[in-house]
Amino acid sequence: MPVALETADLEKHFGGIAAVNGLSLRIEKGARHALIGPNGAGKTTVINLLTGVLRPSAGRILLETDDITDLKPHKRVRLGIARTFQINQLFLDLTPLETIGVAISERMGTGAQWWRLVGSNALVTEEIVEILGRFHLADVMLERTGNLPYGKQRLLEIALAIACRPRVLLLDEPAAGVPDAERHEILATVAALPADVTVLLIEHDMDIVFSFADRISVLVNGTMFIEGAPDEVARDPRVKAVYLGESLNA
Amino acid sequence: MIEQVTHYLAARARWGAMEYVFWLAALASVFVCGGYWAELSPLFANRHLILTEIAWLALFALSLDLILGYAGIISLGHAAFFGLGSYVAALLAKHAIINEPVLALVVSGLAAAVLGFATSFLVLRGSDLARLMVTLGVALIMREVANQIPDITGGADGLQGVSIGPILGMFHFDIFGHVGYVYCLLVLFVLFVIARRIVYSPFGLSLRAVKGNALRSSLVGISVDGRLVAVYTLAAFYAGVAGALLAQTTAFASLDVFSFERSADLLLVLIIGGTGYLYGGPIGAVAFKLIQDSLATFDPQYWQYWIGLLLVFLVLFGRIYGALIAVIVFAVSHALRLSFFECALIMLVIGIGYGHIRSGLNVLDARIDRLIRRSRAARQGLLQRKA
Repeated sequence: MPVALETADLEKHFGGIAAVNGLSLRIEKGARHALIGPNGAGKTTVINLLTGVLRPSAGRILLETDDITDLKPHKRVRLGIARTFQINQLFLDLTPLETIGVAISERMGTGAQWWRLVGSNALVTEEIVEILGRFHLADVMLERTGNLPYGKQRLLEIALAIACRPRVLLLDEPAAGVPDAERHEILATVAALPADVTVLLIEHDMDIVFSFADRISVLVNGTMFIEGAPDEVARDPRVKAVYLGESLNA
Repeated sequence: MIEQVTHYLAARARWGAMEYVFWLAALASVFVCGGYWAELSPLFANRHLILTEIAWLALFALSLDLILGYAGIISLGHAAFFGLGSYVAALLAKHAIINEPVLALVVSGLAAAVLGFATSFLVLRGSDLARLMVTLGVALIMREVANQIPDITGGADGLQGVSIGPILGMFHFDIFGHVGYVYCLLVLFVLFVIARRIVYSPFGLSLRAVKGNALRSSLVGISVDGRLVAVYTLAAFYAGVAGALLAQTTAFASLDVFSFERSADLLLVLIIGGTGYLYGGPIGAVAFKLIQDSLATFDPQYWQYWIGLLLVFLVLFGRIYGALIAVIVFAVSHALRLSFFECALIMLVIGIGYGHIRSGLNVLDARIDRLIRRSRAARQGLLQRKA
């Protein structure tokens, strides 16, 4: 299988702490890849490195065959990497309509146009309506995002990443903090993503991980601990040990 | 659904009734406040000189609103661009390089825009505090540079012997300020319309996104730095034009155009008028100048004391109640001929009792709200009964 996203000996140090320590991760095209590991394993740091929010201390990041290690975040988005955040990062004063519109205009390269009015581009408007409909946000699209209930904000968080039409989508705990009743709505939208979109999922909920992923990497102390198909990982006693907090050589 | 959204977005960008009222009032001020009917009543005396000041101040404030209200960049040194525009316009006229004011205005704005572009990279990173210091520093540097080259700028004496040519070769500036006012108002209107267009464009929307969350903006593909550089440069152009208007209508430029007070007053204008809806600058400029003017007639020596007091109340109690309380304190202290010390005591009492006053105002707000809702319901009931 061709590779969608790859890291080679990736490292990130915060002072004396190595949050990511020599990580080599390969994500295949079209994969549903889950990245799991105990708290503090460095999962979110990996996503921050992949999206350019943080610069690695060492190592390279490849998108297919292009080296993107030194690219700024917005350039990586244009190459097809999008992400969601564990804690919502939304435009609280904008409406969902405007929020999605921003992302779509940027993708179409019309985001810097200052002589046209917002809404004058029919292509953008059509796509906004389509995405808001798909994510059950059509009824609240004119409300201030900051006033929306948490579940809706969570949907918008994911819709915003989808609006970037990514080749590789990085989901950082998409269902975090969402009450059970609204969970299925979010998981259904994630499950309905087109098959050619490569997804890397960080999640603590093992039910979600095992129902979604076709490949699982376990991250411990910033390095790859185990990687394999879900049933292999599930059977591995060392994974249980790590999750139960036992030390490895005990 | 698509038609609905398209319709909604188009309707939002359309001019509202209040906007028409505002600009018609501005147009009316050309005639009503021009002194043409001064024999009828002193109410119709010529006020075009102060209105001219309001017009360029409104443009200057609009410039700050573009970066503060739409991109979240706070500045304490916006006078750097205003001042540069001022000097360039005065120099162009003095040395007869460009005699036609409109062209000179554009050149002055462009000069300020170049400075804006060059210094924009200093405000890209850092906190609000860092931006305050950097912008303040740039303005101070500009002032000192102007002070150090008296051969060009006239130094501390200012640039004298400037004579401004007729606008478009046809309209001469007059000592009553009629032509100057119409000129400033037209420039303000044209630049306002352009700013309005920009604010409602995808570019303007992306600015609001950047202001709201720069991190997420970059992760939906917005070049955050690029947008900030662009809007900062644009704002510098606007400020430069405002400064050029001052120089052209007064045929003078002095170091005072770069002063810290000018930048600080500008923030006050936006605090009074509000940010992020474009009219904050114009409305704030009208209010600020009228307050300044009327206070100066009431109390020529100490009017700044009252401006200070008004600002404290505005921030503490909001625009309406703040202004109301300030007027009451002002009226009481005048009626009783209180000293500043006694006024300060009143303020101290208000400060200590702030919590109580605030909750009292909240109760009042709720009452007013209920009244409005009741009268609305009553009106609807009436309509239904009619139907």
